[in-house]
Amino acid sequence: MAVVTHTPNESVPVKKAASNSTFLRVSRYVVTRLLTLGVTVVIGIYLTIMIANMGGYVDNIMRNEIGDRVTQSIAANPAMQQMDPAERRKLIEERIASEEKRIGLDVPVAVRNFRYLSNALLLRLGRAINMTSDSGSKQVRLIILERLPATLLLMGTSQLFLFFSSVFLALNLSRRYGTFWDKLVVALSPTSAVPPWFYGIFMILIFAALLKILPFGGMVDSPPPANLVDYSLSLLKHMILPGLSLVLSSFFLSIYNYRTFFLIYSSEDYVDMAKAKGLPSRDVERRYILRPTLPNIITNFALLIITLWTGATITETVFLWPGLGRTLYHAIGLYDIPIIVGSTIIYAYLLALTVFLLDFMYALVDPRVKVGG
Amino acid sequence: MKSLQNTLQALWRYPSAVVGLLVVFALVFTAFYAMIKIPYNEAIRLWRGGEDVWYQNPKFAAPAWINFFSTKDYAESFSVRTTDKSMPKQVTLGNEGTSTIDITYPFTFTSDFIPQDMILYISSKYEQKQPFISAKWLTPDGREIRITNLAITQKQTYRFAQDEKLKTRLHTEDVIPQLFTDPDTGKIVKGEYQLQIQGTTFEPDSDINMEFVFHGQVYGLAGTDQARRDLTVPLLWGTPVALAFGLIASLGTSVLTMVIAALGTWYGGWLDELIQRITEINIVLPFLSILIMIGTFYSRSIWVILGATILLSIFTGAIKGYRSIFVQVKESMYIEAAKAYGASSPRIVFFYLIPRMIPLLIPGLVSSVPAFVFLEASLAVLGLGDPVLPTWGKIIQDANANGALYRGYYYWILEPATLLMITGLGFAMLGFALDRIFNPKLRDI
Repeated sequence: MAVVTHTPNESVPVKKAASNSTFLRVSRYVVTRLLTLGVTVVIGIYLTIMIANMGGYVDNIMRNEIGDRVTQSIAANPAMQQMDPAERRKLIEERIASEEKRIGLDVPVAVRNFRYLSNALLLRLGRAINMTSDSGSKQVRLIILERLPATLLLMGTSQLFLFFSSVFLALNLSRRYGTFWDKLVVALSPTSAVPPWFYGIFMILIFAALLKILPFGGMVDSPPPANLVDYSLSLLKHMILPGLSLVLSSFFLSIYNYRTFFLIYSSEDYVDMAKAKGLPSRDVERRYILRPTLPNIITNFALLIITLWTGATITETVFLWPGLGRTLYHAIGLYDIPIIVGSTIIYAYLLALTVFLLDFMYALVDPRVKVGG
Repeated sequence: MKSLQNTLQALWRYPSAVVGLLVVFALVFTAFYAMIKIPYNEAIRLWRGGEDVWYQNPKFAAPAWINFFSTKDYAESFSVRTTDKSMPKQVTLGNEGTSTIDITYPFTFTSDFIPQDMILYISSKYEQKQPFISAKWLTPDGREIRITNLAITQKQTYRFAQDEKLKTRLHTEDVIPQLFTDPDTGKIVKGEYQLQIQGTTFEPDSDINMEFVFHGQVYGLAGTDQARRDLTVPLLWGTPVALAFGLIASLGTSVLTMVIAALGTWYGGWLDELIQRITEINIVLPFLSILIMIGTFYSRSIWVILGATILLSIFTGAIKGYRSIFVQVKESMYIEAAKAYGASSPRIVFFYLIPRMIPLLIPGLVSSVPAFVFLEASLAVLGLGDPVLPTWGKIIQDANANGALYRGYYYWILEPATLLMITGLGFAMLGFALDRIFNPKLRDI
């Protein structure tokens, strides 16, 4: 996880405008901000749709696939083998046409892209082309909703653990700057250059293949235990390795970044002043170091929340974790555009929403920042 | 030059930087060694080669050095042939143009495991009358097993394990274990084995040549994969590919980001506004999904992926960071001076603004190399690796697809993974140290 340390008040113009009422100022700011973010989201989603469907290449794949499927299903149907060949060909063509109409292949790419876009923006995610949810539905919304708990469980547990443990440990280390543990964290921080799935492979090797104490992948034992306690235990057992690799891959860098950040703030004059006054170190930490770093910590927390929703595509794939990331990977393999676009939309909306809310959060926690100036 | 010297001196004080630098040098050396030792076309031929290129190697063979760590002895693979005299051949001329050819190959077998396979590749030269061979197998405990009597064609492959006559003669379905074990105890017999082949030709110019291929459990320095390929080829060639991808991507991304940020800040107005809007849109786009889409729908070529990676990585948070610094630098006195003596805008951007930022650029550039190296590997693991080039990620993907972890072929994953890890850590360590040297604010902390 990259820790953002640039000054947060950049996006909020702090000028001395002669606005007469706070309400007017804030509402004007909200409207412009929402508009720009809205335009950003629209363009972002349109680009995704275009990439997912550019040049009609995917259409050709889908057309051929439909042609094959329809021809084969008719050829395999004994009732239709007696038919006159010309009539049968006509039937095949009709079926292909109706199938193409069903998934919208009968209109030009540009029109279809706009249709996708308007549906996407209204969150009408539509029906998947090839994939189905485990309960058999083709609704993209249901497929995504079905995979979401798995992703949220894994990512939520690991990312929240990572966040709180690294902030806490970093605060501790910044007090013990220069000790053995501090040096150890600094020395180990380059280990975060390695992505989580990579640690995952090593974890599988050690704990699943060699020691045989934890499962290779998946989410629960098969068949799933009926009893709730057993089910949770089985879930927990399957979650250890992917969770551990997600945490491990960012752990030391995250601590290092927060620690460096806290150290920079604790060398400020007002911190020395507070110490000179004889305030207990707990108070110094809370009121003089944590407080001014709050905007940055909130930004990181918000970014973390966004990563929860998208999941970790490759880590989920390596551990066969049935989450959103792995679904996305499958969808791309099956050329299932509605699912690809669907997950992008949710991501884009969430990101825009987070950015929007962050502006207000900054104004709340940072007295120097004023919404709308 | 002076500043370079200072930097190097400063680097010397950080042990992690020294280690990182050594790793980077070793990688660059390996990359050049690989490219000189195995030229590009040869590497592609070997990597894409099938059974015809790699028939001499066993499948899924671990590297030979695991014998040092194992209490059991694994049989090492080998192949010998009469054409390069590694298998001795003796020709005795008979009368009426006939000749007798004796080929004897003794070898010591001390392994605790039965070899995977044994094959004879026979080639012969004749006009009309086919030559004839008979093969015998001599075990260390003095048994003599008749293997086969064959009239041979121009090119012929004899597989010990698939000879039905030999199976009935030995009363077994698995010929190879039978050849290496004592029929009474069923234990493996170690010692000197001998393969004796006697050939007879019936024409003056007729000749027989032979290659004996022995597939053990272990092979060479790096082992082999499911297609019998020697893993040293992709491991060696993965180095230049990984370095090229990582360095070009990070260099391209950081330099372009900085140039665009500098231009935007200097000219301001709509350009600056446009750059900021593009950045906001780009942040909304899911990076990995788009790369996966490009790989799946358009092209898996490493150069296309590289281009897309650079394009998508330019307009990120980094551009905002550079911008905020350029805004400050733009107001400094020396820029004012440059303007006063009449420097043109491009001159100011490229000779005054950008050089000022190089100290910030270098640590970021070095630290971002691992991310790109691993990105390439990640895409390969998802099955989107370059279809032609051998890379480390592709080895991991092959291994994963063949269930290497479940089936115990750990070497297959560990070798490329170790190399990736060393590369990543090497650059990361160097980058960290450079960051501390160039950003004095961090130095005391």
